[in-house]
Amino acid sequence: MAAVYPLTFAALLFSVGVYGLLSRRHAVLVLMSIELMLAAVTVNLVTFWAIAGDALLTGQVFALFVMAIGAAEIGVGLAIIMLIYRNRASVNIDDADLMRY
Amino acid sequence: MSVPEIVMLATGVVGGAAALLVVTSRNVVHSALYLVVTLLAVAGVFLVLGAEFVAWAQVLVYVGAVVVLLLFGLMLTRAPIGPTGQANELGRALPLAVALAVFVGLVALIATSFGGETIELEHVTPAALGEVLYVAWALPFMTLGFLLTLALIGAVVIARREEGEGPLPEPDPDEPEAAEASPPDSSSWPQRQPEPAPDEREVSA
Amino acid sequence: MATSVFALEPLWLALLLQALAAVLLFLIGALVVGYLEHKVLAHMQDRLGPMEAIWHGIGQLPADGLKFLQKEDIIPTAADRWVFALAPAVAVVPGVVIIAVLPFGPGLWLTDLDAGIFFALAASGVTVLGTLMAGWSSANKFSLMGGLRGAAQLISYELPLVLAAAAIVIQAGTLSLPGIVEAQHGFTLFGVPMIYGVPHIIGLGLFFVAALAELSRPPFDMPIADSELIAGHMTEYTGMRYAFFMLSEYAGMVILSALATVLFLGGWYPWPGVGLPEGAAGMVLGFVITFAKILVLSAIMVWLRATFPRMREDQLQRLSWSVLIPLGLLNVVLVATAKVWF
Repeated sequence: MAAVYPLTFAALLFSVGVYGLLSRRHAVLVLMSIELMLAAVTVNLVTFWAIAGDALLTGQVFALFVMAIGAAEIGVGLAIIMLIYRNRASVNIDDADLMRY
Repeated sequence: MSVPEIVMLATGVVGGAAALLVVTSRNVVHSALYLVVTLLAVAGVFLVLGAEFVAWAQVLVYVGAVVVLLLFGLMLTRAPIGPTGQANELGRALPLAVALAVFVGLVALIATSFGGETIELEHVTPAALGEVLYVAWALPFMTLGFLLTLALIGAVVIARREEGEGPLPEPDPDEPEAAEASPPDSSSWPQRQPEPAPDEREVSA
Repeated sequence: MATSVFALEPLWLALLLQALAAVLLFLIGALVVGYLEHKVLAHMQDRLGPMEAIWHGIGQLPADGLKFLQKEDIIPTAADRWVFALAPAVAVVPGVVIIAVLPFGPGLWLTDLDAGIFFALAASGVTVLGTLMAGWSSANKFSLMGGLRGAAQLISYELPLVLAAAAIVIQAGTLSLPGIVEAQHGFTLFGVPMIYGVPHIIGLGLFFVAALAELSRPPFDMPIADSELIAGHMTEYTGMRYAFFMLSEYAGMVILSALATVLFLGGWYPWPGVGLPEGAAGMVLGFVITFAKILVLSAIMVWLRATFPRMREDQLQRLSWSVLIPLGLLNVVLVATAKVWF
């Protein structure tokens, strides 16, 4: 199978994630965009493992690691969002500007 | 075209379309549901590539836990039925330009470096992955365990209410607006809700 | 190890047969357990239960199904139409998919995945999406509360369920469900053939309690607490869509009982070390034994429903996070230590 199929899919997911990250203002949507980018990274890792045929299965193992870290990130990220919502009654990231000025 | 290529192409098209809908849908809950489709498509790609365990882990961790947590967060922050707020202060043209540049750059890179590369599909059993994971990768794996424990503690510390903070902020007699703008209770949930006016958002500034 | 009876040529015929068999098993399992619940619960409460439909009300559930078919399919005006309509399907599909990896007898499974138990647990986690979708899209406070409670409960009880299964995987040394049954067949405790359920009594208890909570069965039925939330996420549903939710609950009982049978009670063998006859007779006997074990476990679930009052939401969360999960971790450590030692 040609390697360009999964790699292009990963590139598409990543750039869609970049667009969402930059353009949306709902904090949970920003987290979702980050998840899309992480998913793109795992697809790439597994694809590169499949190309290289590594005996230590590096790509797959790192894909699992990325997944675990992504889950941890979502846990902490959502906790922060809940805190902001509790204090500001808003999940708009433009509103969380207390540290900005 | 071989069968794996057709399956890969189909999952890729479905997953990519769902990903586009995630970032363009006007309803945040719909976005989360499209994200489920994308993540399932990613699991499908893993299956085609022969990484069976990673695929099921993707379903267990992402679809079963992460998206459910995201939906949970959306509903706790009152996601209304119907469209909600859209673009942020960056607007839409700049992010689109950046994303397109990233995509074109990546595709050019892939085409030049991996254009002629082919993949020998092989199936890796969970047993083989486990043997590698707990022997060669044992130390990174344990470090990951520590990281997850830290994240768990961190999330609990951040989200936890302090003693005496109470379920809702106490109305402050000096600042009458503050009480009004405190997070509303669930009485009007999940009906269509107008966005709170911008000045009401400044609660504890 | 025997191969599946469905391993035939050509491939598309095998796949079609498998899909058909999965749906059929799903329906039959759900109907049998549903009837069991009607009758067992009734007799425990000193009633007779359904008696009119055919013999001792045995046709009651198919008749109910026909009734549901005739009902008007109402979608509330304020609801989110697509999500509302899709939620029952999302609740049902994981059940049908899991049936495909469950072994019901020697060779009587649709596919033998290398990661069978992992796949089954992963797919069972998807059911909660249906609950959340239904709860949110109904535009009803009770539905939303029910959906949120259901999601919180499923997230916190998935951990003890997975931990209990992980201990058995360590013991058996395989993730494949038929593989676990065969490993258990050769298991001896101090020279006596023994099912895993005896040395793994903590695991069995954890798995059973977590399974009850995963299914939102009493005493863990906070998401559909009828005195507070009407019917939780199902409040706005009518007709076939409502019947789908009921089907997925009963099929969930079958699936989790079947998983417990495979993991702890020796699967299709009457007892480890006791073999089955070869060929078709063994298959039929194996199927009967598996199904009998499933029905016993389902009957215990019904018994608990008739016995225990509903838990409060905070009690339910505390039980999982401060009792079951530490116990599950301890269980994994104990089993791993014992496995290395003996």
